[in-house]
Amino acid sequence: MKALCWQGVNELSVERVPDPEILNAQDAIVRVIATTTCGSDLHLLGGYIPAMRAGDVIGHEFLGEVVEVGPEVRRHKVGDRVVVCSIIGCGRCWQCQHDMWSLCENSNPKSGLTDELWGGSTAGIFGYSHAMGGFRGSHAEYARVPFVDYGAFSVPDGVDDISAMFTSDSAPTGWMGADLGGVKPGDVVAVWGCGAVGQMAARAAMLLGAERVIAIDRFPERLAMTSRHVGAEVIDYTTTDVTAELRERTGGRGPDVCIEAVGMEAHSPGVEYRFEKAKQQLRIELDRPFAVREAIFACRKGGSVFILGVFAGAVDKFPLGAMMNKGLTVRGAQQHGHRYIPMLLDRVARGELVTSYLATHEMSLDDAPLGYDLFKNKKDGCVRAVFRPGM
Amino acid sequence: MKRVVIGAATLAGAGVAMARWLASRHRPPTPVKDPQEHTRWLGVTINRQPEDISRQGRLPQPLAGLDVEVRMNKAPGDRGTELYARPREPMPIGAAAVMARLRGDDPRQMVRKALREAKCIIETGELLEPDRPFATTRPTIPGRVLDVAIGRAPGEGRL
Repeated sequence: MKALCWQGVNELSVERVPDPEILNAQDAIVRVIATTTCGSDLHLLGGYIPAMRAGDVIGHEFLGEVVEVGPEVRRHKVGDRVVVCSIIGCGRCWQCQHDMWSLCENSNPKSGLTDELWGGSTAGIFGYSHAMGGFRGSHAEYARVPFVDYGAFSVPDGVDDISAMFTSDSAPTGWMGADLGGVKPGDVVAVWGCGAVGQMAARAAMLLGAERVIAIDRFPERLAMTSRHVGAEVIDYTTTDVTAELRERTGGRGPDVCIEAVGMEAHSPGVEYRFEKAKQQLRIELDRPFAVREAIFACRKGGSVFILGVFAGAVDKFPLGAMMNKGLTVRGAQQHGHRYIPMLLDRVARGELVTSYLATHEMSLDDAPLGYDLFKNKKDGCVRAVFRPGM
Repeated sequence: MKRVVIGAATLAGAGVAMARWLASRHRPPTPVKDPQEHTRWLGVTINRQPEDISRQGRLPQPLAGLDVEVRMNKAPGDRGTELYARPREPMPIGAAAVMARLRGDDPRQMVRKALREAKCIIETGELLEPDRPFATTRPTIPGRVLDVAIGRAPGEGRL
């Protein structure tokens, strides 16, 4: 089959690779109908996630059709149209049974790597390095889906492929930020990052009752999209002092909930950007946490900060003093998608959650390297490039 | 030139990661060398009751195939059962320990791997297989370093 393979830093190519096979009785093989780029893939491209091997298939946010099931699969059958959660969860360990699916204790066969790095292992993720299990990604014609009874969700009739596909990762990730960040009616919520995850977090905050939602980015087209499709207020951080603006918009308090949807390659208009990027390139510091720092500084006293952006290791100048003395609650997680996907599909079906507009570019899998060029470099207003292997 | 720098940084990073991995018992935030390193119990918590783990006094697979001491007790709250094991045979020390870990025949690696596998089998009914590797399009030095780390990963970590 054809698949998009990581070949090295900023090198991708479409290759012929062996078809996936059923390896476990609870596996299924899914024919990929639609699969999309994600901002976290850019960390793989940039070489910031070290456990990648030349030839690895990337991609983790997808929808497809079940074409083969293992003998122990009970909830799915051949022909089902399913959205597959980017996180792999066994459904039976303590973490999964407590709805913390990205902490699954049985879905990462190479768990010693993250166990060693972080003092505790995390779940397997499709196409996201050998630290996350080394599973082949979804930018391919077919994908093997372990524990498919738990990780694949039938798509309601009437929900189109693209709308459903975004409930695989970006929509549940955004929802989790608002939900576990503790958004409640009347809150003012600020979201750093207007990519797909940030926009979904902003929309989730609204649906959970936030009175005002303020989204922050630097790309005019993304700010306009967030304003138009989500209805959020927006701030361009390249022309505005974000913390001052947030104070002014919130009676001097600051936002009740701050959601960071940027991650380890954050930008900053200040001189510190070049300094921290150099440290990151030299592996002196693994992540650039500008947005996290700003969120902690901006958050109201006693408020909540949720970190959705992907980070891998240690950061410098983490504002621990602000966090502690302001009495903040700071949380983060890879997404617990299984917890939210059925509800999100229902909301998409009812029209409460619109996701399809995020797909700014659709193309065949053969054009995936071009899609990543558009996505990485924000060319042509690209928010998400969607690949259709059958196109 | 940029690619050379990035490649060198990646290689250096992989080397540092491997060194940290091999020296894990000496790194912060526990800078004190563990005086009980070779005798500590390795443990996993299994989301099942004790009677589901040791049926009729038999050890779960693949732990049963190792020469290990085993103990278990009910975990606090609703967390299931804590299952502990440690090798009976003497642990390699010093350079021999490093070489054993690189070769993948350190007894504690085998116990860690067996505990993780036993947990997966008991909780899910089967051992999750990783995707099979296929020929990479371009073998690389960082890739080879990574291969060693990946190969040892099931037996490493903070268990």
